[in-house]
Amino acid sequence: MASSLIIGQYVPADSVVHKLDPRTKIMMIFTFVIIVFFANNAYSYLWLTVFSLSAAALTKVKPRFLLKGLKPVWFLIVFTFLLHLFVTREGDVLTTLLGFPVYSGALIQGFQISLRFFLLILVTSLLTLTTTPIEITDAIETLLHPLKKIKFPVHELALMMSISLRFIPTLMQETEKISKAQASRGVDFKTGPLKERIQAVVPLLVPLFVSAFKRAEELAMAMEARGYRGGEGRTRLRELEIVARDYVAIGLFLVVMVGLFYLRT
Amino acid sequence: MDISFKEVSHTYQPNSPFEYHALKDLSFHIQSGQFVAIVGHTGSGKSTLIQHLNGLLKPTSGEVKIGDYRLKADEKTANIKGLREKVGVVFQYPEHQLFEETIEKDIAFGPKNFGATDDEIKARLPKVLGAVNIDASLLNRSPFDLSGGQMRRVAIAGVLAMEPEVLVLDEPTAGLDPKGQQEVMDMFYRLHHEKGLTTILVTHSMEDALKYADHVIILEQGKKHLEGKPETIFVQKDRLKQVQLDVPEEIQFLMDLEARLGIKITYDKHSIDDLVKEIKAQLGGGR
Repeated sequence: MASSLIIGQYVPADSVVHKLDPRTKIMMIFTFVIIVFFANNAYSYLWLTVFSLSAAALTKVKPRFLLKGLKPVWFLIVFTFLLHLFVTREGDVLTTLLGFPVYSGALIQGFQISLRFFLLILVTSLLTLTTTPIEITDAIETLLHPLKKIKFPVHELALMMSISLRFIPTLMQETEKISKAQASRGVDFKTGPLKERIQAVVPLLVPLFVSAFKRAEELAMAMEARGYRGGEGRTRLRELEIVARDYVAIGLFLVVMVGLFYLRT
Repeated sequence: MDISFKEVSHTYQPNSPFEYHALKDLSFHIQSGQFVAIVGHTGSGKSTLIQHLNGLLKPTSGEVKIGDYRLKADEKTANIKGLREKVGVVFQYPEHQLFEETIEKDIAFGPKNFGATDDEIKARLPKVLGAVNIDASLLNRSPFDLSGGQMRRVAIAGVLAMEPEVLVLDEPTAGLDPKGQQEVMDMFYRLHHEKGLTTILVTHSMEDALKYADHVIILEQGKKHLEGKPETIFVQKDRLKQVQLDVPEEIQFLMDLEARLGIKITYDKHSIDDLVKEIKAQLGGGR
């Protein structure tokens, strides 16, 4: 079921990571995604792993839940590992597996690349786990604010983002509801030949589109009724604020960065 | 078909921060041919319960038996399609499930999935159209051209066309005007008797439960709060108050009548006319 997928899902908890300013979190994670690629030896990877795991621990989200949520990407991680194992030809031949020679370099590289992959996914999923969609869009809107000078529609983009994020769960619910209704009318989504299963999607998609359009129209109407006329002169209920906590986090993150460049070869 | 729940529990997203116990050790028995009302507040587990009735959900513990079909955790139910053919579910706002180009095709969709031939479906059409009071001239129109009430009735026709033995209704009158509500409920009541269906009605309306059901189950937070005949359930004002439910209008009226005028009438599915007669008789022959 879709509920086992936690990427993009917010888990409320009372933790330091939850309380950080979303802009701090976004900037840190953005930088992390870049610096992960600079790690090139065991020490630097270990350093980053320690950082990621302690960040994950700080969120107070249960580790079991975190790992279970990453289930859909385990396959990709393992696949990357195997691909490297069989394709890379560096170092000495260690053994042969299924008739393929396995090189020592392949083992190391496979391990490094899948670890990198794992860290990337773990850390980026921490953002959505600890930050509400509203906070994320608010942060993006402020971060992109300078682009307004070149007539980039920052507010509209942020609004579009928050509306789509807001309606993902609604649409998922709707999908589940309609698929259940059609299942009780005898549609079989899970078994049967591929052609029939593809056809089974039609009774699901048509009502879904109908309701999505209806919803969009109602939303537009409700927004106009409440006097929405774009971002001009709009004030906020919750102002984002960088506080001491954020400076500490940024400081620690700088230590991680400096440490990484010191450790890499 | 007899339906029985034996210590059924259902937990959504077990072992996660979103774990939610929707049903807790629920047991009851519904006899074939009964009209049962399931009443309870939002979040009392009604919707979860009805999804167990045709195998959309399975209990996380306990056992559900519907006729010869058995639903149990970690056990694959044989021929679940057969179960869904026999148990027709009219979901909340069933008009949201319409999708075909024409009304005729949409009504035929269910029966066709269960292997009915075109001739069989053609033969069933006039009957179901008559039941839901949709004119045959509309058959070639798009279901999206209809009014809300008509769409609802077409969607209901789509379920009736499957000729189920058990009919499950999840607030079938929500969002209809009072006249439409009355029509739809009367239609289900008529079908229940004509076809000898087992009907399970999920509702917020105490009045409907009192009027149509011969057995009532009141749910509260996934547990059974009260169960029994509507005449005995709906007079227990205090027990109903505990779960924020009201006594049906008719019963409340009779209670007031007794308190103010000392007239004691035991409710037994009286129509309004019958009640008037009875009150007149008690007041001393219609002054």
